[in-house]
Amino acid sequence: MHSLMFFELAQRNVRLHWLRSLLAILGIIIGVVTIVSMGILGNSLVLAISDSLSTVGDSIIVTPHVGGMGFGGSQSSNLLSDRDVEQIRRAAAPHVTIPVYSGSSRMKIGSEDTVGTIYGLKPDDIPVLLEVDQGSYLRGASGAMVGATFAEENEIKVGSRISLGEMGSVRVVGILKERGMGFDINPDFGIVVEDQWFKQAFGQEEYNQVIVKVNDLNKIEEVKDSIDRTMNRKETVVDVIDTRAILETILTTFGQISTFTTVIGGISLIVAGVSILNIMLMSVTERIKEIGVIRSIGTQRKEVLRMFLYEALILGLIGSSIGGALSIIGGYAVSMVMLQTTEYLFVPSSLVYIVYGVGFGLGTSLISGLYPAWKASNLNPIEALRHE
Amino acid sequence: MEETIDPECDGDTIIRFREVTKVYPLPGGDVVALDKVSLDIGKGDFIAIMGPSGSGKSTLLNLMGCLDTPTAGTLCIRGKNIRGMSDEDLTILRRDYLGFIFQQFNLLPLLTALENVQYPLILKTGSRECRERCRVVLNAMDLDESLFSHKPSEMSGGQQQRVAIARALVNDPEILLADEPTGNLDTKTGAAIMHLLDDLNRDRGKTIIMVTHDPSIAEYAHRVIRIVDGKIS
Repeated sequence: MHSLMFFELAQRNVRLHWLRSLLAILGIIIGVVTIVSMGILGNSLVLAISDSLSTVGDSIIVTPHVGGMGFGGSQSSNLLSDRDVEQIRRAAAPHVTIPVYSGSSRMKIGSEDTVGTIYGLKPDDIPVLLEVDQGSYLRGASGAMVGATFAEENEIKVGSRISLGEMGSVRVVGILKERGMGFDINPDFGIVVEDQWFKQAFGQEEYNQVIVKVNDLNKIEEVKDSIDRTMNRKETVVDVIDTRAILETILTTFGQISTFTTVIGGISLIVAGVSILNIMLMSVTERIKEIGVIRSIGTQRKEVLRMFLYEALILGLIGSSIGGALSIIGGYAVSMVMLQTTEYLFVPSSLVYIVYGVGFGLGTSLISGLYPAWKASNLNPIEALRHE
Repeated sequence: MEETIDPECDGDTIIRFREVTKVYPLPGGDVVALDKVSLDIGKGDFIAIMGPSGSGKSTLLNLMGCLDTPTAGTLCIRGKNIRGMSDEDLTILRRDYLGFIFQQFNLLPLLTALENVQYPLILKTGSRECRERCRVVLNAMDLDESLFSHKPSEMSGGQQQRVAIARALVNDPEILLADEPTGNLDTKTGAAIMHLLDDLNRDRGKTIIMVTHDPSIAEYAHRVIRIVDGKIS
């Protein structure tokens, strides 16, 4: 019941000095909105990147080692032979191994000239890596599948013909679904042809890379080690990259950027905390005599402490609540401006920043109120009573 | 708070000073505010403390009010030696057994008259269901009911002092400590307040210790203690 009385006293004091209370509340609102908006933006950024990259998070990419020439050593080949592919296949078994040819060429679509990437894949491997959106997967040797962005930019439809100069021409049998950025291949900006056709057209016998699709994500490390042991026994012949690790590194980096921006937002909350500290110290100084009176008539030190902490709590509670509510608008605004989408705003990992923000707002207010409250509770009643 | 009686505090007195010294250490040197003061105050006494400025009157009242503790000697309040008591115990003693009346009334500006009287009672009982008792105490101070909801700034000095006396009385303390209770009032209102204190002493047996400069106010007391340079003369 004491607590209720002290809370009421604190409330009345906040109301009595409404203007300065309002300014302190405003500081907390700004702090909470900034911290939450930055947090939501960072989280949305991580989610957006994660969404566009996660489809390739289950692959191991094997490329020829490009470490250069060592002293007395020979430069490794820039391509992978059939023997290399076979060795990789055995090391990665039972997981699917997909050898990939890649190159680029000038192309003529109708009357337009353009340059695009060309991937050569075995027809059986294509459905493992890519999804068709329109038309069908490759059947004949002279067919091609076109990436979504490439098709859109060059107005390519199923049935269109793409001429590759002296290498011949291919008929489009299918348009691929948009795949997003990948660490293995990026067919959105190119075309996919049958491997034999590629070999003939480019006169290239060896492969540019091998993709190993690992069904069980927990086995990635194991498969990667197995390929590395097999291929790089004597010298480093190939580089083995685990896409999940790259993905994790990227997400961790963006996570750190997000934390950094949130911490920058937190500085405004510290400023708000200093403002609360200031007005609370003012409140204590103005009420020294009153503190002397309540102490002399039987108020304990801890009760004085509580009364002043309640004041800080009231300011923090109002500021944080309003700030928390306004953060949704702030989060919406920064997501729209920075990401052009708000689809990541109402997910739990974004909304939890509102809870953090409100918590930090309350915590900052209470911490800021601690010293003034302690000072008030430790005043000597006799000196406080003499204060004019 | 322990209820043990100190052997030095045994007896019929409600307040006992034995060789009490109070020294304030200051950068310019120690200041002896009270020098080996011995004094007994019985239950139901009405005492006036007089003396020039800086003589030690306020120090004496502060010690009686448990707002401070002696540097040396024994000070017993209600049979308990307060020297070495914790701040928490001293606060409980003030809350439950002592009532304070100040020259400047010192009502809490955020509270109404009724709430000011309620405040110490809530501190003691922890219950807010005490409005009726507070009304009775305020009525006994001859205050109009319409003033109960007024803030101190909306009342005259005399009305404020009546509320302050009601606040001092609401926990039914045995001892009332008054520091120049009429110092900020006109003669007529001062006289009315003194009649009120006189009634409290006579009818309700309250022990009253009052600091005053005014000899006409001191006449209400049964005994006058004069203090000069920290010593009782």
